[in-house]
Amino acid sequence: MRYLPLTDADRRDMLASIGVASIEALFADVPEAARHPGLLDLPRAMGELEVERRLAAMAAKNLNAGAAPCFLGGGAYRHHVPAAVDHLIQRGEFLTSYTPYQPELAQGTLQYLFEFQTQVALLTGMEVANASLYDGATSCAEAVAMAHRVTRRNRTVLSGGLHPQYRAVCETYGQFAGVELLAQDAAPGGGEDLAALIDGETACVVVQNPDFWGEIRDYSALAERCHAAGALLVVVVTEMLSLGLILPPGEMGADIVAAEGQSFGNALNFGGPYLGLFASREKFVRQMPGRLVGQTIDAEGARGWVLTLATREQHIRREKATSNICTNSGLCALAFTIHLALLGEAGLGRLARLNHATAVAAAERLAAIPGVALVNERFFNEFTVRLPSPAAPIVEALAAQGILAGVPVSRLYPGRVELADLLLVAATEMVMPQDIDCLAAALQEVLR
Amino acid sequence: MSLTRYTKDHEWVRLDGDTAVIGITDYAQEQLGDVVYVELPEIGRAVEQGKEAAVVESAKAASEVYAPVSGEVVAVNDALLGEPAKVNADAMGEGWFIKLRLADPKQFEALMDEAAYQAFIAEEQH
Amino acid sequence: MSPPTISGNRGLQIEEPLLFEQDSPGHCGVDLPEPEPFRERLGGLERRGPIGLPGLSEPQIVRHFTRLSQKNYAIDSGLYPLGSCTMKHNPRLNEKLARLPGFADLHPLQPVASVQGALELIDMTAHWLKVLTGMPAIAMSPAAGAHGELCGIMAIRAALEARGDRRLRLLVPESAHGTNPATAATCGYAVEAIPANSRGRVDLAALKAQLDGGVAALMLTNPNTCGLFEDEILEIAAAVHGAGAFFYCDGANFNALVGRVRPGDLGIDALHMNLHKTFSTPHGGGGPGSGPVALAAELAPYAPVPWIVHGKDGFALVEHAEAPAAHSIGRLKGFHGQIGMFVRALAYMMSHGSDGLRQIAEDAVLNANYLRARLSDVLTLSFPGACMHEVLFDDGFLKDTGVTTLDFAKALIDEGFHPMTMYFPLVVHGALLIEPTESESKASLDQFIAVLRGLAERAQSIKTGAGDAAHFRAAPSLTPRRRLDETEAARHPVLRWRPTPLQQQAAE
Repeated sequence: MRYLPLTDADRRDMLASIGVASIEALFADVPEAARHPGLLDLPRAMGELEVERRLAAMAAKNLNAGAAPCFLGGGAYRHHVPAAVDHLIQRGEFLTSYTPYQPELAQGTLQYLFEFQTQVALLTGMEVANASLYDGATSCAEAVAMAHRVTRRNRTVLSGGLHPQYRAVCETYGQFAGVELLAQDAAPGGGEDLAALIDGETACVVVQNPDFWGEIRDYSALAERCHAAGALLVVVVTEMLSLGLILPPGEMGADIVAAEGQSFGNALNFGGPYLGLFASREKFVRQMPGRLVGQTIDAEGARGWVLTLATREQHIRREKATSNICTNSGLCALAFTIHLALLGEAGLGRLARLNHATAVAAAERLAAIPGVALVNERFFNEFTVRLPSPAAPIVEALAAQGILAGVPVSRLYPGRVELADLLLVAATEMVMPQDIDCLAAALQEVLR
Repeated sequence: MSLTRYTKDHEWVRLDGDTAVIGITDYAQEQLGDVVYVELPEIGRAVEQGKEAAVVESAKAASEVYAPVSGEVVAVNDALLGEPAKVNADAMGEGWFIKLRLADPKQFEALMDEAAYQAFIAEEQH
Repeated sequence: MSPPTISGNRGLQIEEPLLFEQDSPGHCGVDLPEPEPFRERLGGLERRGPIGLPGLSEPQIVRHFTRLSQKNYAIDSGLYPLGSCTMKHNPRLNEKLARLPGFADLHPLQPVASVQGALELIDMTAHWLKVLTGMPAIAMSPAAGAHGELCGIMAIRAALEARGDRRLRLLVPESAHGTNPATAATCGYAVEAIPANSRGRVDLAALKAQLDGGVAALMLTNPNTCGLFEDEILEIAAAVHGAGAFFYCDGANFNALVGRVRPGDLGIDALHMNLHKTFSTPHGGGGPGSGPVALAAELAPYAPVPWIVHGKDGFALVEHAEAPAAHSIGRLKGFHGQIGMFVRALAYMMSHGSDGLRQIAEDAVLNANYLRARLSDVLTLSFPGACMHEVLFDDGFLKDTGVTTLDFAKALIDEGFHPMTMYFPLVVHGALLIEPTESESKASLDQFIAVLRGLAERAQSIKTGAGDAAHFRAAPSLTPRRRLDETEAARHPVLRWRPTPLQQQAAE
């Protein structure tokens, strides 16, 4: 057994040192009735070759997104991750290190998390960011909980443009916490009057930008209305690359930003592990969930970093903690940090413009197809089109042809007949002109 | 009669007319270590004897400060927010936390006096 | 003490500033084409100014992060004796397989017919975990242990409310990990502590006295955080069920039981596992984790979505809380779960098999008891008798030396070891909780033992005047940084880099 260093001779010697006859003696506290005799009903140990063969066979049953023109978005985006990222995160000192509770042995982790926190704050235009949460959807739920703590109010308004899975997670988290969620109906094309729903009991209003349909808005006026009523504005971002080009939430008056960081450094991975980002105004920092890295000096006056403001967290505050969260998304945050470092200011702007240009080209091609209508006024790298018939069967037909045409809205809003004709289409820098041609031609064919 | 009384949770309270000044004892600050942050109640809040009135934090611990007596908060030591180290430097004086309008003077008199508190700490250390 | 160097570097320990302090404006480590001119569709909502991100070339960035990595300790470097963290070897096969394009390059919202292999992965990982736990159902989506606790406690609350039973309290041992009471509070429960007996286990009589119709569940860790198996667990389960409550188990310490004891046989109703502990997925400097929750039949209907089900066309995904998941507590995170961690965990489980997994538990328990046997004459063993996969000492042996548990642990750093878990569990004074895992060779353990014995001896020599506490208090002195001022970091938090006024001017 290649992962177990003890030999039978070692085991005998150690049992002798302990003073017991067999290993069974060390399991004596387990009630007889609960000791499972023999082996469980699972395959025996397999060599590396065998494991590889089996899992590769399983992987081969999937159509990987690189093998097809891919226009899928809906909260996860296919981007190019530079080769250096994956090499660096696999360095053993990053991959196999623990949470940096002993800062003298973890300055590497602490420094990159400090850089990560800075990058997230800069991108979102906010004052302070934490060292990551599980994903965008749980970040959103934590943002709602934080707004309730800060304002000591119980009511939250959720925009209809919020990703339906984020809304669902807020509902799950809130169901036993005495939280009142006013979730607005989803409808592309806007038209919701969120300001009208704010009252003296509102803790926060949650919007998404670009929203689930890809639409971009300026929420500055809404921020003012929130603040006038003593409420907070929470802005969700599911495609962080958009902040390379569009006005960030911090410049619109957002109080908390909850976002998904997968777009930088992290593969699609069929949905996980992803990367929750969380940023807020500095004055609320003691109500923030998650780990925070702070700068300090050591006994010789040298600059260094430590986990700080730990009294917010579960291991100290227990039932009074700001969240029960312990593990973050460390390695995913490192990948994000490295990718953004490689892009830099210039590269990020260029990548964002490339995405937008690709999406504009795709939107124009698709809108030119008879029966297909573009819903958005504005968009970044994802938009919504209305088809002349339900989108789901069309997407399946195209998948059978080896084209991943986009996300039928009915996948996320089943049972909403009036939304069934809608298709979310994302076009990142990974989409080539011939992919757009291919999609347009195939879609036109299927619609005939 | 001593004007300062003590609780078993290491809070002190000093009477000034019908105003009670409250803080944590020097022994408490020593046990806690360097104070990094203090959470104080809002003015006007009613606090009940034995219930949480404030929180005092070190880098590695957070402790509740319980109200030694019941009353209404009339003042809080805002200076502690910018300079939490005052609690360590002068726990019995400039490191005060809260001033209450005392509801029931009998509660004050029932608390330990200086001698009794010193004996209590001596016991605890064994 | 060697003389200061000109660069400030010390041999292989190289100082490295922040990315933001190395900005070459306009530089980029990725060459990208500028798009052809096009009619933009941003509606005037472009950014108004620069973001402030630094520009560097690829060589600078590779060097930056390489130097950072060299300041970290890791499992790959040496023993991490952290109790309840299970810092075992992270096999590289797992990393290779997780990166197969057929797993890594799958979008979560692809048509289900195009991802049957991915659904099979989730289903098979779930199957292995169900067999190992002896429990009939499993929720795969929670992202980490604490998330799994949330899942389990919510399922319990949903089950109780479904039967019209309103109970408002959770019982949690004093020795519990902080996530347990934090989770309870998130689910709207009041937390009541149950005491331990003199043997370090749950006081059964006290538990029975506290169990009534207002208790929703008991949250227990087994083996507990003192490294001891709760030997009265069957009686505990019976008492909990007798009171109409549920039995939640924190599976952080499953490494002591895997392949030998099934939580389902202990009467447990819900158990989260930490794939990043027992099942070797890498800790990655703090995450990501994965926390699947095994559920008894009574709780299965409340499992969070998505569910993987077998349909006529193969695997199907139930993504919404409607039939067959009509009673589900709902969705706990985006998409389907920590798929990348499932590949790693499944590869690990397959590599060991039923025989290897059982051996893991045996070697883990053997290693911990070996440390116990070889150290309990110089360190203070908190509870007599055999331990399971971790052994608990406290600071009794440091009495009158002027050395604290913290000082002792920092001295260990200079010896090339990451300290053990300190000051947890709270039930003993100055706790030192050591978990070697099965990944340590006997030679590695012998070296660790020698160092701990030496340090303990050095501490004892202070009492006779031969030694000096200052040595301990100054530790560590051989790491890239000495002890860091955590008080200052908490009093005046600096949580991000900011440009100096001069730098800001230059940028404008």
